[in-house]
Amino acid sequence: MEPKRLRYTKDHEWVGRDGDTYVVGITDYAQEQLGDVTYVELPEVGRRVAAEEETAVVESVKAASDVFAPVAGTVASVNEALETQPELVNQDPYGEGWFFKLRDVKAADVEGLMDATDYNAFLATLEE
Amino acid sequence: MSWVPHTDADRAAMLAVIGVDSTDALFEAIPPEARLQSWNVPPGLSEMRVRALLGELAARNDTGRVSFLGGGYYDHYIPAAVDALQGRSEFYTAYTPYQPECSQGTLQAIYEYQSVICRLTDMDFANASLYDGGTAVFEAATMAARVTGRRRVVCHPSLSPTWRAMLDTHTAHLDFEVIDGDDPAGAACVIAQNPSFLGDVVDFEPLAARCREAGALFVLSVYPVSLGLIKTPGEMGADIAVAEGQSLGLPLGFGGPYLGILATRKAHVRKMPGRIAGVTGDAQGRRGFVLTLQAREQHIRRAKATSNICTNQALCALRALIHLCLLGKEGLREVAVACHSKAEYLKSKLAFARVLNEHPTFNEFVVRLPRDAREVVARLRGVGYHAGLPLACVGRGEANDLLIAVTEKRTRAELDAFVAALEEVACS
Repeated sequence: MEPKRLRYTKDHEWVGRDGDTYVVGITDYAQEQLGDVTYVELPEVGRRVAAEEETAVVESVKAASDVFAPVAGTVASVNEALETQPELVNQDPYGEGWFFKLRDVKAADVEGLMDATDYNAFLATLEE
Repeated sequence: MSWVPHTDADRAAMLAVIGVDSTDALFEAIPPEARLQSWNVPPGLSEMRVRALLGELAARNDTGRVSFLGGGYYDHYIPAAVDALQGRSEFYTAYTPYQPECSQGTLQAIYEYQSVICRLTDMDFANASLYDGGTAVFEAATMAARVTGRRRVVCHPSLSPTWRAMLDTHTAHLDFEVIDGDDPAGAACVIAQNPSFLGDVVDFEPLAARCREAGALFVLSVYPVSLGLIKTPGEMGADIAVAEGQSLGLPLGFGGPYLGILATRKAHVRKMPGRIAGVTGDAQGRRGFVLTLQAREQHIRRAKATSNICTNQALCALRALIHLCLLGKEGLREVAVACHSKAEYLKSKLAFARVLNEHPTFNEFVVRLPRDAREVVARLRGVGYHAGLPLACVGRGEANDLLIAVTEKRTRAELDAFVAALEEVACS
């Protein structure tokens, strides 16, 4: 996925359109803050999630954090590769390291999130 | 390594760093009425007086009776090597040191404990232990709730009323529905016990299969020594095995300390509560031991931790490990066979009382006496016996029902003498 074309949350999730579904992952900033990811707990396919609902858990050598659904939807699929290769989250956060895909998403909900420029500005406030 | 509490010099140094004159000054922010006024500690005594005082207290302990008491805690023989090894200063500390840099021995012992528990129960992963059997039952229930997303806990009639009472206490203020029965529909888990509280040995494989179909976990509480002889939780298809570990080298005491055993299948390991020791390699490629999967634990995961009990019974787990290693696979089987045959011998001699169990039993069974079991137990206490557990004491069965347990410690002479004493008291 092209980071410029994604939408972002303040919890450092990204969401991007992929055909009929929306792909969700965590940002490069998030994976760097977490350090080496050791385990990812993914949601059940078919689960309905609300925006900001805890949907996945990412564990690193330093911490365990919740991953929230950026928008409401239904879990369409999960990245099963993370089960055996959690390091993909560190290596390729916007590509092979995606977490789950959502269907039944309202496009307007996604549009309401930060774009890449806003997210970078938000990151700049964190680094101050 | 040695563990020494703060000395006066340590305290003075710490107070100097924070710039406070005294410990009292440190606590000045706490209103005086909320501060402890007295520790109520008597004045110091000489070593000689302390020894005499503790000797008097110890003499009041009710030891030396021939015991047929069971109900979850059993009078097994403990080899002297268990005490000798656990008492070594490398192990015998006030607190369990977990830092891998200085605690390889402790961590390796915990890892080996986990390994023997897995072999004993035929499960994939065991934690570093919990407080006791009842706590393990509760933790298994919360674990099943995490795995299934359901809140109903079904207690099979075989489950110990003691474990059941502890489950009720632990869940009283939590969002759980604890019910009796064996219907796994809509349940997080069904919790059964083998041998049952009344001693029945049952193959729970069909119940495990029904749980699997209904999407519930099957939790089996077991008596570790019995696994030398009967089918294991793993063989029966249990998802979580729990046990009170007292029978593995822990002396009987009023209130413990005992040992909670919990083991599970690989699929559920991340939902398992408690500490886990793991094996790893250091920078030079040497084998080493560490605590692992700590992200599940309270100090990292805070309110969402798998458990808020973030300690283990390290010394008790060590005793269980030493005990099992001393026995070995064959030894455990021999102990189990001895328990079983001696119990069967006693059963065959109790012609004046009816054995109520309809299933085979391991080393414990229920007899209906010709008179009130509490009365019989009280009278036999006067002639040197702990005759067993009257079921009425735990709200089960009828007034005349007595739960009797027999371990490898009982000799034929003791069994014969007990039969005569019991007959005299129960039938006179």
